[in-house]
Amino acid sequence: MSETAGAARADRAEASRRRRGALAVIGAVVVIWEGSKALFAIPRYKLPHLYEILADFFREGAGGERWFTIMAQNAGVTALESLIGFVLGGAIGFILAIGFAHSRLLERGLLPYVVASQTVPVLAIAPMVVVWLGTSWFSKAVIAAYLTFFPVTVNMARGLRAIDPDALALMRALAATSRQVFVKLRFPTSLPYLFTALRISATASVIGAIVGELPVGSRFGMGVVIINAAQYYNWQPANLWAAILVSALIGIVFYHAVAFVERLVSWRPVASTT
Amino acid sequence: MGTPAIEIVDVAKTFGDQTGATEALRGVSLSVDAGEFVSIIGPSGCGKSTLLRIVGDLVPPDSGVARVNGKSPRQARLDRDYGIVFQTPVLYDWRTVLENVQLPLELAGRSRQEREARPRALLRLVDLEAFARHFPWQLSGGMQQRVSIARALALEPSILLMDEPFGALDEMTRDRLNLELLRVWQESGATALFVTHSIAEAVFLSSRVVVMSPRPGTIDRVVDIDLPRPRTDRMRADPRFFELVTTVREALRGDPAVAGGDDSGRSP
Repeated sequence: MSETAGAARADRAEASRRRRGALAVIGAVVVIWEGSKALFAIPRYKLPHLYEILADFFREGAGGERWFTIMAQNAGVTALESLIGFVLGGAIGFILAIGFAHSRLLERGLLPYVVASQTVPVLAIAPMVVVWLGTSWFSKAVIAAYLTFFPVTVNMARGLRAIDPDALALMRALAATSRQVFVKLRFPTSLPYLFTALRISATASVIGAIVGELPVGSRFGMGVVIINAAQYYNWQPANLWAAILVSALIGIVFYHAVAFVERLVSWRPVASTT
Repeated sequence: MGTPAIEIVDVAKTFGDQTGATEALRGVSLSVDAGEFVSIIGPSGCGKSTLLRIVGDLVPPDSGVARVNGKSPRQARLDRDYGIVFQTPVLYDWRTVLENVQLPLELAGRSRQEREARPRALLRLVDLEAFARHFPWQLSGGMQQRVSIARALALEPSILLMDEPFGALDEMTRDRLNLELLRVWQESGATALFVTHSIAEAVFLSSRVVVMSPRPGTIDRVVDIDLPRPRTDRMRADPRFFELVTTVREALRGDPAVAGGDDSGRSP
């Protein structure tokens, strides 16, 4: 009992240390940002004041509503597209990984194309996908999935193979079916690999969704906000900076959501890289 | 006597790859009666693990036959006649100690009642009842190996295959686990095939010690161990124990038999 109480205390100390660290980083960013602005006389259109960026959220938009509501609505759209793309891409990546782990032939045949798919800039593919599938949320989710499936495929395939030969021999000696081997050995062994991939995919899916919103015709999402803000950048730079901040925030939330689920399902304390 | 529990006749096995072939076993024959405890000893690369794995249907022989309980090793495996212990405990880190021991019963689709009762009894047998809810990585190496032994006994196997189970442990832990293994084995009534490269361990545990030599792996000699059972720690200081250890050591060196415990009749 005292052991767990001690562990809980250590956890709390660790958490407060991490909070202090995060605050220190934010403080340092503020000092460097505003300091270099003052020191080098950086003009507003190159680097607006931080308070201007924050103030942008309270500016009134064209329809009379505040910018933070506009941002929140668009961020919500992007987050939803990302999430759907993340799930879709994760599922596709997972199925491909099982195929690859199962058959060397399939891997040898398909892997070059899977790799090639990732060397093509998503920026080039996004307009085509939007033309094919329309400007609805679905095309954005597909583009997000396109960036998501790859890390899952590669990592998961490796994880499914990273089995101690004796652990397999044990399963064989116990006359386990291949389904039992998968459920009770291969899948649990590959979980740490899967989550490493999902952390990468979580942020990639947000990028995918935003890039999917860039082509003409889209009406909602952070991609649309970014395009518009970029057009008026010289005149109103804080708007783009605010959009960047919000986009980054979506990615960070996604990443931490994955890390949180990982901690829930993992069978061993996860190394704290969150 | 009836059919032997394990019968190996003229088994050969060669492992080959791009760099060349290694003859792991050549012309190996061995017969083990039900309820016997037989150790296989020999230097690294003598094919003793391969022999064990052929019996367990984990590796197919190139030629020759193995029969287990009058069946092919494959059939014996499918009938779940085997309990197996490796040099590393091979416990699943995401399962508790209890859940690890439950694994064979799960795989065999045994009833919930059996899945609860038997693993608990086995953990009591290896004196780890208090650690049922722990995870393997919270246990010492010796404790992990005891869990692995409990797991091997979960389906009440008639054949217990052990591949250097105590090889990675310190001497004191090993001595203690030897005694414990004998107690557990005697209670189970299983036939034990035990691979080791510790002479003292082989003599202490076994009813017979099979001495092998490498390249190609062949059986040099089979030494009968006539120490009474149950074995006790005190027997380790018995003059007869030392004699037998010497006999095995000389057989390993390839010297002609000097001391007693001679039994060349069973080896080819």
